[in-house]
Amino acid sequence: MNLLLDALAWVLDPANWAGSGSIGARILEHLGFSAAVVAAACAVGIPAGAAIGHSGRGRSLVILLTSGARALPTLGLLTILGLALGIGLEAPFLALLVLALPPVLAGAYAGVESVARETVGASRAIGMTEWQIVRGVELPLAAPVLLGGIRSAALQVISTATLAAYVADTGLGRPLFEGLKTQRYDMMLGASLLVALLALAVELCFQALQSSASRRAAPHTGRPQSARPHRAALGARERTPA
Amino acid sequence: MIEFDAVRKEYPGGTVAVAGFSLRVPSHTVVALVGSSGSGKTTLLRMVNRMVEPTAGAVRIDDVDVRSVDPVRLRRSIGYVLQAGGLLPHRTVADNIATVPVLSGRSRREARADALGLLERVGLDPALADRYPAQLSGGQQQRVGVARALAADPNILLMDEPFGAVDPIVREQLQAELRALQAELGKTILFVTHDVDEAFALADEVVVLRAGAEVAQRGTPTEILAAPADGFVAAFVGAGTARRTLRIRDVEGRRVVVDGDDRPTGVLEADASEAAP
Repeated sequence: MNLLLDALAWVLDPANWAGSGSIGARILEHLGFSAAVVAAACAVGIPAGAAIGHSGRGRSLVILLTSGARALPTLGLLTILGLALGIGLEAPFLALLVLALPPVLAGAYAGVESVARETVGASRAIGMTEWQIVRGVELPLAAPVLLGGIRSAALQVISTATLAAYVADTGLGRPLFEGLKTQRYDMMLGASLLVALLALAVELCFQALQSSASRRAAPHTGRPQSARPHRAALGARERTPA
Repeated sequence: MIEFDAVRKEYPGGTVAVAGFSLRVPSHTVVALVGSSGSGKTTLLRMVNRMVEPTAGAVRIDDVDVRSVDPVRLRRSIGYVLQAGGLLPHRTVADNIATVPVLSGRSRREARADALGLLERVGLDPALADRYPAQLSGGQQQRVGVARALAADPNILLMDEPFGAVDPIVREQLQAELRALQAELGKTILFVTHDVDEAFALADEVVVLRAGAEVAQRGTPTEILAAPADGFVAAFVGAGTARRTLRIRDVEGRRVVVDGDDRPTGVLEADASEAAP
């Protein structure tokens, strides 16, 4: 219990929020680095997943990647990459990308594939190009599932990005590792608490994003019509021709 | 005019959906392809807008082989109505109707204004324009589907079981409206249905299909009803059933029509041609 109080004291100590390597700077580094990794995972995973979901080709690749890559220990991968690439952000970036890519890819693929085939077929039959179908129909309708994938990637990256400090001077992993080495457990636990808080905050943001995407993908379903009385609803004409 | 010239569709694996089919759909007429599921009727329909490519033979529109036209351009020039409308659930009614015109470069505002007019044309309140498909009844969605098909003012309409997903009363209403719309617009309509009554209600010419899109009989509804070509057609149109064998009975000077079960179905008036002034 004392340790936890010490950790809180470390987090709240104004001295730790000042100067280079302050808590604020570490949080920003941590977030920025994580965001860059997730963005890269999206840049690769969304087009690839959408292409696979749209064409139905390469399904086995997704399954292989998602189950295979998830079995890779990130720390081991980071060590190998660190040995190959040396000190710096490159190795942790790549190691975390391997962690983030499978959920994004799976989300994009599953989301696009789950769009009703009739809706896609109808869009094609009225003259939308394949690109217009992907952009205007499949991705908007897949957005809730896709965001779920990105959310899971973001959470994993934020909680694992502490490892970046293993080979680079960045993020909340720094005070964590420093505390470990110097036996300053208040610092170590404080940093861990901050990582958990960050993950929670990001989780909340994604929850909001996801529910807004769900509303846009399926407007006015599962909600009682009377929730928003519409004058037009009362006057809707079912006219028969004269 | 749509022309099927000895088209054949064979899928990899040897399934023959269409064994060999020829048909001319004259301009400004409604032709219905009727048959049970597996008769290849939808495959034939989808050959017209290149959603299905025939293995042999050709489909021509006004003497132009559809294979020589870019599929996207071809599809935008043909109205397509399908079961349950096939509307985009995340777009409003107006945006759904305006889809093709906007893709073809019309401004969103103009296309939207057109969409309001089209809504009225298919018997819907333009106030529905900003609603989403899920907020509409099945019949309303179907009307929006027709409005969307009309949005680019195509000469040809393809309709794939368009009224299959609505209840019988709404279906009859929609059929009556389509007839009125067609009387006004004079499109060339190719229509696919498994419901022979729907075919009789809407089409100038009916083509009854067997498995493999083999033509069992073609003719006007009257011709088919009067003289079914064989047992298959007779069974398909229900010739000889109580519903189709009507008799006249005199009731206090009025000629009441009863069916095979002696159920009254209507009152006989003088023929329209005799009654015309």
